Amino acid sequence: MTTSTAAPKAAAPATPAGSPPTVRRKRSRLGRTPAAHYWMVVPALVLFFVLHTVPVIVGVFFSFTDYAGYGVWDFVGLRNYGALFQDDRVIEAYGFTFGVAIACTVLVNVIALGIALALNARIKFQALFRGIFFVPYVLSILVVGYVFQYIFANSLPQLLNGIPVFRDNILANPDWAWTAIVFLTVWQGVAFSTILYLAGLQTIPQELYEASSIDGASKRRQFASITFPLIGAFFTINMVLAMKTYLQVFDQIIPLTNGGPGTSTESITLLIFRGGFQGGEYAYQTANAVIYLIVIILVSIFQFKVLSRREAEF
Amino acid sequence: MAISTQGATTARAALPRTRRSRSGIGEDSRRVNWWLTALIAVLSLTVLIPLYFAIVTALKTPDQLAGTGFELPAPVDLQNFADAWNLTDFPRTLANTAFITAGAVVLTLLTNSLVSYAVARNMHKPFFKGVYFYVLTALFVPFPIIMLPVVKETAVLGLDNQAGLILLYTVYGLSLNVFIYVAFIRSIPIELEEAARTDGAGTWRVFWRVVFPLLGPMNATVGILTCVWAWNDFLLPLVVLSDPAARTLPLAQYIFQGQFNTDYTTAFASYLMAMAPLLLVYVFAQRWVISGVMRGSIK
Repeated sequence: MTTSTAAPKAAAPATPAGSPPTVRRKRSRLGRTPAAHYWMVVPALVLFFVLHTVPVIVGVFFSFTDYAGYGVWDFVGLRNYGALFQDDRVIEAYGFTFGVAIACTVLVNVIALGIALALNARIKFQALFRGIFFVPYVLSILVVGYVFQYIFANSLPQLLNGIPVFRDNILANPDWAWTAIVFLTVWQGVAFSTILYLAGLQTIPQELYEASSIDGASKRRQFASITFPLIGAFFTINMVLAMKTYLQVFDQIIPLTNGGPGTSTESITLLIFRGGFQGGEYAYQTANAVIYLIVIILVSIFQFKVLSRREAEF
Repeated sequence: MAISTQGATTARAALPRTRRSRSGIGEDSRRVNWWLTALIAVLSLTVLIPLYFAIVTALKTPDQLAGTGFELPAPVDLQNFADAWNLTDFPRTLANTAFITAGAVVLTLLTNSLVSYAVARNMHKPFFKGVYFYVLTALFVPFPIIMLPVVKETAVLGLDNQAGLILLYTVYGLSLNVFIYVAFIRSIPIELEEAARTDGAGTWRVFWRVVFPLLGPMNATVGILTCVWAWNDFLLPLVVLSDPAARTLPLAQYIFQGQFNTDYTTAFASYLMAMAPLLLVYVFAQRWVISGVMRGSIK
């Protein structure tokens, strides 16, 4: 790597002097990289390599074996990968995860943008409402999930007993349990996206609105021609971050359905966790995780490409 | 990047201005939108109702649970909190969570800002540019891919405890934090550092005395993000911690739910006790938290 070539070069002029570190540092010229800058980076980099990159490499390595998480193992080549594409449970998990992630990304962004616009308008108790809408962000989704679990399972069937889906506990319904997970995810996810959009809205100069209203632009026109284009970068960041986050949906499922009924709300993360830790499918599920990594990267790149293009049009 | 820094200043400047103008007479020509205020008030119920629900349920006796759950408790029963306190070993789980969170926040602020500074000031060097993109790639690596190896690795290295978790949060936060810090540091004029250096300050001194204080808003943002993440995280402690005595609040809730899921009133008291600490901190630090995150969000 570049480390070996660059580091000694920067340190070299100081070393022959053999003087204590303080003196050495004072001598370092402006514009040249002080040796200290390498010391700021290298320890953290080593830790990052050991605790992040090594596990990634180990994971990818074991995905080519039949390791169960314990005992002996053998190389099996691409057999794990081949099997993944014929595994109904894996395919179902992908379908469920993508459905939830897309629904949550769209809903979170639409709702958060709406709330941010309202909170940025001239309303009473602005600070108070901003405070309230950010509350879900600081709460643990797992703990809140248990509260919602009780509401879905016990309160809603009584409150909405005229509606068949709710009367029979939506969480026990294989066709509709996913909506509860989307609801909880959106409930929490909106908070952070709202703040991001609010930050974006603050960067728009008020003069633009004044000028356009003199020109007779309607509120709708102002939103389409001023607000939305100017927060384009925030929209892109929000969409990409949200999709990436919700593709990893896990904490929301544990308290609500725990993957059930059956495996109807089993996300990829949950499947990897269960199969890898409890099912003796370490190698197989790691292969699943590798595919999943590739999928997430592809989705993110695709989003960036499409959304940035839209951004650039203005 | 240039636009984003400008954005940050505008946002910071805009906040006090609006606040002042609201108290001033006739300065803000826009009228209060009461229709929108009412709509927002109704929408805020979606946040408040679940909280209300948790509170009233926690205060009930089991035989009051019959209705829809939204009825007020009569009589109020505080025994649930005492039971939950004992069952979840609350003082210990709270101390564990607080220790891990505080450790992660402090270590993250001290180390991640340092890495970002060195990277931001040497972006023209291939080595530091390489470091920047190398660290950023971790943003896209889903946790499950490293989940299983990291459990084995932490066990081998003796890091399957609180100290290990602190280290993991610090390292795993690096990618996002470097991304946030670097953009901000590049907007800080280098002349300030050159002036300090002319006065004889070394690189470390320049960083701690000049740069680190200037990072104030970013430190607040990174601190809040790390705090909320480490406090509420469930999966990492679940797979990494081996000693049951080291368990955190979310873990205690998870185990609690499995063992006592029929005992709803006690369960709700424990949920409330798990939510309360961070919620209380938030209520007191609310304005600061929101403005901090808003500043940090501008990249």
